[in-house]
Amino acid sequence: MSCGFFLVLFAVTIGYLGYFTATREEEMINNSYNSRQEILLSRNYRGTIFSRDGEVLAESVLDSEQNETRVYPFDNLFSHVVGYSTQGRMGVEALANYYLINTNTSLRNKVANDTAGVKNPGDSVYTTLDVQIQEAADSELGIYRGAIIVTEVSTGKVLAMVSHPDFNPNEIQEIWDSLVENDSSTVLLNRSTQGLYPPGSTFKIVTALEYIRENPTDYQQYSFSCPGYFQSQGSRINCYHGSSHGQVDFTRSFAKSCNASFANMGMGLDRDAFADTLEELLFNEELPLSLSYARSSISVSAETSTDSMMQTSIGQGTTQITPMHLNMITCAIANDGILMKPYFVDHVENDAGTIVKSFKPDTFGRLMSEEEAAALTRLMTEVVESGTASKLSGLTYTAAGKTGSAEYNNIKGDSHAWFTGFAPAEDPEVCVTIIVEGAGSGGDYAVPIARRIFDAYFREK
Amino acid sequence: MQEYVTELSKYLINLCMCIYTLECFLVFVEKWKNSRVIYITQNLLIFLVQLLCFADLVLVSEDMQYVFFYVFVQLFLIAVMVIVPMIYDNANRLLLNNMCMLTGTGLCMISRLSFHRAVKQYIILLVSLIIALFIPYLLSRIRFLKKLTWVYAAVGIGALSLVLLVGEVTYGSKISFSIRGISFQPSEFVKILFVFFLAGALWEKYSFGRVALTALIAGLHVIVLVVSTDLGSALIFFVGYVFVVFAATRNYLYLLCGAAGGSGAAYVAYRLFHHVRTRVLAWRDPWSYIDNQGYQITQSLFAIGSGSWFGMGLLQGNPGKIPKVEADFIFSSVCEELGVIFGICLILIMVSCFVMMMHIAEQIRDRFYQTIVYGIGVMYIFQIFLTIGGGIKLIPLTGVTLPFISYGGSSVMTTMIMFFIIQGIYIRLQQEGGHHVGRKAGNAPKAAARTKSPDRTGTGKPDRAAKPAAAKETADSGRA
Repeated sequence: MSCGFFLVLFAVTIGYLGYFTATREEEMINNSYNSRQEILLSRNYRGTIFSRDGEVLAESVLDSEQNETRVYPFDNLFSHVVGYSTQGRMGVEALANYYLINTNTSLRNKVANDTAGVKNPGDSVYTTLDVQIQEAADSELGIYRGAIIVTEVSTGKVLAMVSHPDFNPNEIQEIWDSLVENDSSTVLLNRSTQGLYPPGSTFKIVTALEYIRENPTDYQQYSFSCPGYFQSQGSRINCYHGSSHGQVDFTRSFAKSCNASFANMGMGLDRDAFADTLEELLFNEELPLSLSYARSSISVSAETSTDSMMQTSIGQGTTQITPMHLNMITCAIANDGILMKPYFVDHVENDAGTIVKSFKPDTFGRLMSEEEAAALTRLMTEVVESGTASKLSGLTYTAAGKTGSAEYNNIKGDSHAWFTGFAPAEDPEVCVTIIVEGAGSGGDYAVPIARRIFDAYFREK
Repeated sequence: MQEYVTELSKYLINLCMCIYTLECFLVFVEKWKNSRVIYITQNLLIFLVQLLCFADLVLVSEDMQYVFFYVFVQLFLIAVMVIVPMIYDNANRLLLNNMCMLTGTGLCMISRLSFHRAVKQYIILLVSLIIALFIPYLLSRIRFLKKLTWVYAAVGIGALSLVLLVGEVTYGSKISFSIRGISFQPSEFVKILFVFFLAGALWEKYSFGRVALTALIAGLHVIVLVVSTDLGSALIFFVGYVFVVFAATRNYLYLLCGAAGGSGAAYVAYRLFHHVRTRVLAWRDPWSYIDNQGYQITQSLFAIGSGSWFGMGLLQGNPGKIPKVEADFIFSSVCEELGVIFGICLILIMVSCFVMMMHIAEQIRDRFYQTIVYGIGVMYIFQIFLTIGGGIKLIPLTGVTLPFISYGGSSVMTTMIMFFIIQGIYIRLQQEGGHHVGRKAGNAPKAAARTKSPDRTGTGKPDRAAKPAAAKETADSGRA
């Protein structure tokens, strides 16, 4: 009996040890407190990072004394997403660190390198990033501050990720002190994953989803007469630039992004049910994301005041979201309601080109039903056909999306331009999320950028 | 050239360990239990693992001191494998082999971490062996062991209290004192006295009154240990007591009381002592306190995670980063450089020692000796659970040694004595078996050596053919 007790105790111990070894090895080696990284780096030089079509994004050059210099051939282009590795680590340099500093070169090479007194080559990491799309996104954002994310709908592969202002990782050591000393500098911040913005009208996707959930059979019968504002219990919401939309139904409220109609809709929502939906959409929650990111925040509960409920329904108020999070919600709509985990590393090769490890698309889970995703897709298609994103209509492909003009300065009425959407609408392949800080309306400033990114994507196919 | 050897030896060492470990459990299978082949291949595997490990050390460090140390370690192992069976023909071969495998691995690992400590450990092992060799003989000669019950308790509590009063503070615990530069950790040696006390107190009667009285004395041991902040030892003593009482009475109620009392005491200790709370905190979330309270455990996890299944190779890792690695975290350093597979094999080898001890205890009819074997077995295996479980973050850290492997003279000497006490009792058991079938069995070990018991290599199960069925029945009824 007591013999059995101890045998069970040790079965648990061995099981735990085995589980730890099988699942946590990478995390243990990657931890910056682990001194073994330096041991690996004294034997191997850092591997190369490639784009998905084999262009070098980062590589190490060795001098005659085996000192490494990290070279980034595209300078600023991939600054945040590929990152750097000398002043701490960021981006792919951080998340693929384990593979880059380990080597799977042949035993014969190891012996030869040891005899010659040179380091072994670290394994190469092939990312999902696409140079052409990244270049298109980067040049479209231009001198504006902001972020652009392009992902593949069916897999979750991140094709491009741009954040402005950017920096040149080749000069990271020289510019580091000035970047860190200057507290107001946000150059090192990856706005795509760490930038928190008011979602503005793009949040109407979420409000619309909740309205559909609460009125599954008759949401199409919704009707509202818009005088250009909505008032309730002394609080008032204006439509963008005070324009009145007249008599609008559900689809038209969405396509025209009518604030008054959505504030009206929001007042009728069950706040507890809304809170559940927000949780399902990962607001206030952890995201399935391997890069460092900020958590989106929102507050809806039975105690929410009328004023803040009206603000929340149209994406203003205290709600904050990261562009990456919005991209993930959009991807789920495009992918029949199922969210694929976004990822950056496709596979790892040794110096002989043999694949050491490959990463497969991984499902995170369902964010909404197939019917709900289809209904939202119809709404977003209408935004392009006859609404605020009409600059995307009449092309060789049909796009779907939602614009936003998120006000961040109440007095002056300045706004960030948002667009999030996908194409082709009938069989979505690619999903794009854009924020341009302080530019103005999403329809005027973000939609044209989306168009040129979609163009670049379909041209390349 | 060196890479070929170190890389290949990594896999070869793990393979040898797996075969050795498998054999440790094969001896419990009826078909294999009398097989000499198993024990001989085990001996060869021990030497092979030693050769490969030390070859790695020499090749990587290019330091000839490892060659000398290797030779000395092999001499020690040969001494154990050859001399012990020469003196005590009936010695249990599995326990003997495992002792060699564990001490050999320990010496190798300690020499890699700190050479001068390895030399010190070697000398203590040698002295321990010489002392331990007399134990089976003494056990068969001394007749008054059962009469000293209260002496064991008095000496035990006295020794523990002495440390509390005059001991040296190391890492916040008062657990040792030194005489002429040699430091002792009495809580180790008192384990043996404690087991003898329990056996003496419970072997003839185990009424409620008697159990309560022993609980009082055992509790005194535990309280003194807790006050000296030697929490690991306190737990080992407590668990030893609970299981011995359960084995003596077969009453589940005592086990339940023990579990409840233990949980209550743990809660009180958590509330009362700051250092207990620190340990629990470091266990629950070491990553948030990685710079201070969580430093040791996270460094241990880094070591294991970096080593992975096959290890980084001897001298290729960085186990020196873990504070107190030679004593409390030797298992993590083994996992880092020799691999987790090697580590799991070590656990299984130690478990096979425990199973063998329980197996031997089951056959003993004299309740006094049965309780001793049982108590030693439980305290041995529980200590292993505490140190390994702590090092892999399964349970909070308690800071106890890994028997036979960790650096620490008191620990290694105590474990050696414990193993030879069991050997002594086992040898007596074999001789009694021989007596039953009408052979002349003397008390002197030399005479015993000539007694060819049919079961001398096996698991100690009485051979049905050679032994009357009645004898087996009495053996069983003796522990109703």
